[in-house]
Amino acid sequence: MDLSGRTLFIANRGEIAVRINRAAKSLGMTVVQGHSEADADMLAVRMADRSVEIGPPHATKSYLDIGRVVEAAKSAGADAVHPGYGFLSENAGFAEAVEAAGMIFVGPSAETIARMGDKAKARETAEAAGVPTAPGSDGRIETAEAALVAARAIGFPLMIKAAAGGGGRGIRVAENEDDLKRLVPQAKAEAEAAFGDGGLYLERMITQARHVEVQILGDGKSAVHLFERECSLQRRRQKVWEEAPARCLTQATRDRMCEVSVRLAEAVEYRGAGTLEFLYEPDRDAFYFMEMNTRIQVEHPVTEMITGVDLVAEMIRIAFGQPLRFAQADIGFSGHAVEVRVNAEDPASNFMPFPGVAQKLVVPDGVRFDTMLYEGYAIPPFYDSLVGKLIVHGASREEALQKLREALSGLEIEGLKTTLPLHRALAGDPDVKADNTTTKFLEAWLETHAIKAA
Amino acid sequence: MAKQIRSPLPGIFYRRPAPDQPPFVEDGGSVEAGAVVGLVEVMKSFHEVIAEEAGTNVRFVAENEDPITVGVVLAEMD
Repeated sequence: MDLSGRTLFIANRGEIAVRINRAAKSLGMTVVQGHSEADADMLAVRMADRSVEIGPPHATKSYLDIGRVVEAAKSAGADAVHPGYGFLSENAGFAEAVEAAGMIFVGPSAETIARMGDKAKARETAEAAGVPTAPGSDGRIETAEAALVAARAIGFPLMIKAAAGGGGRGIRVAENEDDLKRLVPQAKAEAEAAFGDGGLYLERMITQARHVEVQILGDGKSAVHLFERECSLQRRRQKVWEEAPARCLTQATRDRMCEVSVRLAEAVEYRGAGTLEFLYEPDRDAFYFMEMNTRIQVEHPVTEMITGVDLVAEMIRIAFGQPLRFAQADIGFSGHAVEVRVNAEDPASNFMPFPGVAQKLVVPDGVRFDTMLYEGYAIPPFYDSLVGKLIVHGASREEALQKLREALSGLEIEGLKTTLPLHRALAGDPDVKADNTTTKFLEAWLETHAIKAA
Repeated sequence: MAKQIRSPLPGIFYRRPAPDQPPFVEDGGSVEAGAVVGLVEVMKSFHEVIAEEAGTNVRFVAENEDPITVGVVLAEMD
């Protein structure tokens, strides 16, 4: 597909704007970069054919202002708008506004974004497509007797949740049947008082789990998967380290997880790049759908490294109406990839943000470093702290980790405090080397491991 | 001479704990030493701005949601 002469507006910033720019240029497109007042000198602006200011530093007045972004893209003569991740990327109203202005939104339909963005609807949609979800009671539980019957089917420990609750309110944990008998009446009374609705439901508590997610690409009719990523190393629900593939899965489980993901993508006539996130319980060899992200993800490079597919370029082609260029059988993976997120934060000081000036920057040969940094760049304090992603690939996980350790010792970013010392410590940790982690691992690890300043 | 409260960090300055709540300190109000007078959002994390000394008749120089740099004067007081 020849996209030369077509114009792409990038409605994002930082490293992903740089990444989208490269993909668009590889397709021969003209790039217009939107930016806030605080981002006039960012790398993606320097790389773009043209740039347009879209408002003040505060993201709600620039990158999150649908009216301004759409107007800027339209006036710049854009054929399409790429939303990146974060900001307006999963905003159905934005997708709609872009299309209403006669441009292409690089992503799924507004309807798909809205449907998968609603947790309850997403769970329903997943169940309808035969995707496993965390075991729970069917509908509302009104009595302790009904709770007991449901609990025996679900298994302990389990959470008792208020049907009308949310945001963690009204949740109780029952370890056994005695707890359940005692807690259900309490929970019911509390839910009635707090929400005016005593309805409860039960959900099995999954404590020792890994985060595994499946990358898919769809063209609105058919979909393919590009295997999975393992992202259990998280701090405050933010991923800090990602790998592909997930070595903890057997081939049979991988096949099943990827197959149900394609089924869900096709059920919603998915268009573009998307990710289904699962909790995987190694003890039971079971996985449960958590949510679907209807955008490109930060950690997409590990998938690119093992499959050789340029996900960002593919999502742009699809947005312009090109059917999928691969059948499932055409997509394989080789070796192992690891990505670590380099944030401008001081891991020796409780991850305090460090919006400084990048001085000398040395990137070792033979590694991929997706970054927004250049020497002399002053990182604005207004946005998130991700400044780059260091990505390595090896024939095996062991070889990838060895390459990571070498890359981490060769990568130099002077002038900033970053999370590089954290990654250096993790890359040498016995549990990380043994791939023996869960989503709870990193926070516990941080309590017992002091990170020395860089 | 007027006392000054300066920002310890660069970022976005907020005078309220949340958009639907009253300001930490009203214009013309008084503060004790150690009182929280505002928040600075830096890279999506929020940090308190503390008055290092007591003062009266607090006058804010920075508006709510203003982008600010390190050391900028946020408020003056007597």
